[in-house]
Amino acid sequence: MTFTWVLVLAAGTYALRLAGVLLRERVRMPEWAERLVSIAATTLLVALVATATLTADGGFAGWARPTGVAVGALAAWRRLPFFVVVVLAASTTALLRWAGVP
Amino acid sequence: MKESVRSAWRTLDGGLLRDVLAVAAALALVGVSFGAIAVASGLSPWLAVAMCLLVFAGGSQFMAVGIVAAGGGPVAAILAGLLLNVRFLPFGLATGDVLGRSLVARLVGSHLLIDETVAFTLAQRDPARRRAVYWISGVVFFVTWHVGVVFGAVAGQVIGDPNAFGVDAAFPAGLLALLLPSLRDRTVLTVALLGAVLALVTTPFLPAGVPVLLALAAVLVAVPSARAGGSTGAGATRSGASGESGASSESGASSEAGASGETGKPNVPAAAETGEAR
Repeated sequence: MTFTWVLVLAAGTYALRLAGVLLRERVRMPEWAERLVSIAATTLLVALVATATLTADGGFAGWARPTGVAVGALAAWRRLPFFVVVVLAASTTALLRWAGVP
Repeated sequence: MKESVRSAWRTLDGGLLRDVLAVAAALALVGVSFGAIAVASGLSPWLAVAMCLLVFAGGSQFMAVGIVAAGGGPVAAILAGLLLNVRFLPFGLATGDVLGRSLVARLVGSHLLIDETVAFTLAQRDPARRRAVYWISGVVFFVTWHVGVVFGAVAGQVIGDPNAFGVDAAFPAGLLALLLPSLRDRTVLTVALLGAVLALVTTPFLPAGVPVLLALAAVLVAVPSARAGGSTGAGATRSGASGESGASSESGASSEAGASGETGKPNVPAAAETGEAR
């Protein structure tokens, strides 16, 4: 990996970010389309949560991580503070790993 | 731009800032691991840090460095990294309004767009708070991530595997907590779950990044309900417009429904709650 290749990745990534932001400005979207875009962003994030929770390198991530996320999700659902949600999820997974769960 | 950041500080309360810092702490740990892994795979420390400053998208950086370390070519590494970042385009489309009209703010603000910034921003309904949380979380994440990367590049071997601290569970849990209020809307929940299933079942067969993008297909399910004016209430206000079915008249009809104040706002109550709770 040379600096030139890093620049290519950086330029491409930045172009993707800026394109979305500028498109938002240029295109006058009717309200229903704006709602769809907002649903699309939420859907992408939920899909990201699902894959990041359950999969690693195209396979199952092991039980420690999904269990931690489930504990965090339960805490979020019970409306515990966000900070607690994050710490509970991480410490559950850390404890399970320490106990030998993959 | 400076002004945006300064006024953002004034808008945010301590609770939200603490939430941002919780995610920032986890990001810093991942930054340490990126710095360490990048240097261990042969990047010079300065190139590892430069990559972070310029790319600022952790997933694609790990991906690119990993592919090169495994003997892959740089072209494959860059393409795989970019594929992972295609989601930034719809993210920018969904949150770009917070950057306002100033060109400098849009140029600088675009670079701060990552999953976590988007999740924090989408969780806010009030425009001023949306703008504030975008800038604050973006700047805080950018700084803490790089503090971690520099530390990892220089002394990364000391820390070991950040997943031993459960950091990999912290991110999905945090994102989910931010998304939960918008998932109270029936339509959004249905679409999001369908998208998640699509992404999960295709993960074993497709290159990383593509399954998450495939989840977008689920949004098609929401098209009829969105055009009818969201999942609640707007039916009555649209009765005058529903007679015209031509595609060209659709946008006019919908903006009319929008002006009457119902369209696209079914999750306002949930969002108002979030303002309090988060």
